[in-house]
Amino acid sequence: MTTIDVPLKYTSTDEYIKPPHGFCPGCGAALAIRYFLKAIGDKVILVMPPGCTAPSVIRALEHNGEPIDTVGSPFGNVAFIAAGIKSGLIAKGDTETQVIGWAGDGATFDIGFSAVSAAAERNDDIIYVCYDNEAYQNTGNQRSSASPWRTINTTNPPGAPKMEFKKDIMTIMAAHVIPYAATATVGFPDDLMRKAQKAKSIKGFRFLHILTPCPSGWGFPSHLTLELSRLAVDTKVFPLFEVEDGVNFVINRQPKGIPPSKYTRPQQRFQYLTDEFLLEFERMTEQRWKRLLFLAGYKKKDAKRLR
Amino acid sequence: MIKVITGNEAAAYGALLAKPEVICAYPITPQSRIPEQLSEFYAEGLLKGKFVNVESEMAALGYVTGASIAGVRVFTATSSQGLAWMHEGLHWAAGSRLPIVMANVNRPLGAPWNLTCGQIDSLAQRDTGWIQFYCESNQEILDTIIQAYKVAESISLPVMVCLDGVYLSYLSESVDIPEQEKVDEYLPPYDPTRRALLGERTLKRHKKHPPQKDGYDPFNFTGNRYELHKLEIQCLEEAARANEEFRAIFGRGYPLVEEYKCDEADVVMVLTGSAAGTGRYVIDELQKKGYKVGLVKLKMFRPFPAELVRKALSGRKKVAVIERDISPGQCGIFYQEIKWALYNNMPIYGFVGGLGGEDISPKLIEKAIMYTIENDPPQQEAIWLGLEEKRQTDDYDRRTIKVY
Repeated sequence: MTTIDVPLKYTSTDEYIKPPHGFCPGCGAALAIRYFLKAIGDKVILVMPPGCTAPSVIRALEHNGEPIDTVGSPFGNVAFIAAGIKSGLIAKGDTETQVIGWAGDGATFDIGFSAVSAAAERNDDIIYVCYDNEAYQNTGNQRSSASPWRTINTTNPPGAPKMEFKKDIMTIMAAHVIPYAATATVGFPDDLMRKAQKAKSIKGFRFLHILTPCPSGWGFPSHLTLELSRLAVDTKVFPLFEVEDGVNFVINRQPKGIPPSKYTRPQQRFQYLTDEFLLEFERMTEQRWKRLLFLAGYKKKDAKRLR
Repeated sequence: MIKVITGNEAAAYGALLAKPEVICAYPITPQSRIPEQLSEFYAEGLLKGKFVNVESEMAALGYVTGASIAGVRVFTATSSQGLAWMHEGLHWAAGSRLPIVMANVNRPLGAPWNLTCGQIDSLAQRDTGWIQFYCESNQEILDTIIQAYKVAESISLPVMVCLDGVYLSYLSESVDIPEQEKVDEYLPPYDPTRRALLGERTLKRHKKHPPQKDGYDPFNFTGNRYELHKLEIQCLEEAARANEEFRAIFGRGYPLVEEYKCDEADVVMVLTGSAAGTGRYVIDELQKKGYKVGLVKLKMFRPFPAELVRKALSGRKKVAVIERDISPGQCGIFYQEIKWALYNNMPIYGFVGGLGGEDISPKLIEKAIMYTIENDPPQQEAIWLGLEEKRQTDDYDRRTIKVY
């Protein structure tokens, strides 16, 4: 088990997600929203669709009397309801409150995708956070378009692993030329909180993609959440980077070059990623990394051209 | 100010006068003129609020839902497939008790494609908890939009103002556009404190207040719907009062259930929407010929004004319901509701026609009334109007279906 070796510069004493909550032991999403709220403060309205976090977070906030307002929404409606709330607040003279759309990969990659894309196109002034546990984990681990290649879940049962590749949401969002888009993961809380604070300081549509390992869905012991989160970054499976104005790609951490098998082996969902396929998985991971390097190769002076 | 405008433009003028702060709509035939007209008002500086174009009807309703949660007056408009695309959001808005006002231009749903008139789109949304009004003329559309805000905000429920596609949406009539001062007198600014207000609480940061959790209370669903139901019942009174107040200021009004020349009528037909206008003409003509007939126009469909319907129809010999919708395998939807309201064994004849925009002409209405007078007892199934004529004119029988 690795320990966290980054200094927690951005931490604050504020805690909004405290027990009792409904998260599973070792839940990555629980850490994600805890860190995120620590960084961004309580002057927010959280818009959440049905998913892992909504009931758990609302329960925790309500029980502890935390001053954070939440709005439940239908599944694919997060982006435009959040944007509507922001419009309403501005009409009432409140320009300060941050409206946060907090949705999982299902509500972002799949059912709410047109809403997210349109909100990005309109450059609605909201922060949209996608916590990505790579399947519909709240309903018991069904396939989403964020599930990786050759993983199993309840709709790709053993014998019929997923044959499609994970949708690359970040480059899609970057192509919308939004002011800010970034990836983060719970294994690097310092990085996550810095990105949350940076998003807060920018106006317009901001997109955060947070990888949140899920012990029950991915099939690993709950004490490995942080380790897998960090391995995802260091094996280049989930690189940490941010994009400003759709052009200015900055890679935040140089992966240590650990082979992806170190990341996939502890997870039961990858049981069909046998040695013969692992080579292909490595090749693809490397290709995606190279493309990211290529995108990050743009000079800063080119950055303003698209906007 | 008298202007000659279409029904779509009348809806847009109604919205303009109500001064919504956030307007969001998505274009669809035959409604597209409403967002166009509103964006022109916005461009001319007449509309002070925010006008937003979005990617779908679901988003249009979701956007105004968000703005309404934040506590501002909102407006949206749609039609047909668009209303169906909003279906999930309709339940959400009513369950969240948001006073959203929406104009719906009645058009049937495909397949097959049809871009004209039919009321099945909004009638299929009857169980969503939205209040529904059906308009007869362009003047009524404008006035009903203004009244709708009064009703919606008095009981904190969403209101749908329905107008017939093509017959109202595209056809022009002279409309008296009221003065802004009079509308302001009738409709004060929206006070969202009736509904627990989210933005305000966030602004004040009172730690003592419990946090808002809008739209999330899974353990009190039955209680929520009980309240919703009670408010709908209460809405009958509120809508009547809103109409009386409107009449006091503007000198015109629209009863929820209107009796037209019914005093001595033995046979009464029930109509709604633009067809009611044609119905008035037919009643005039038939009364000249000595028939004891009358007309009842239904303006409100949800909540259903059962008491008023009973009052208007009880004691008649026969009732004929003519409508632009069908619940396949059952019968017309207004017919079902009226039959329910008149639970005794009064003979009720259910006519269905003009589902896809075909004109419910004076000839057809007269035919329906004559059928009602001449036939006893009424059949249980819907009686179709205009189908025979259609068969004769089309090459209906000669058509063959290819099987691939």
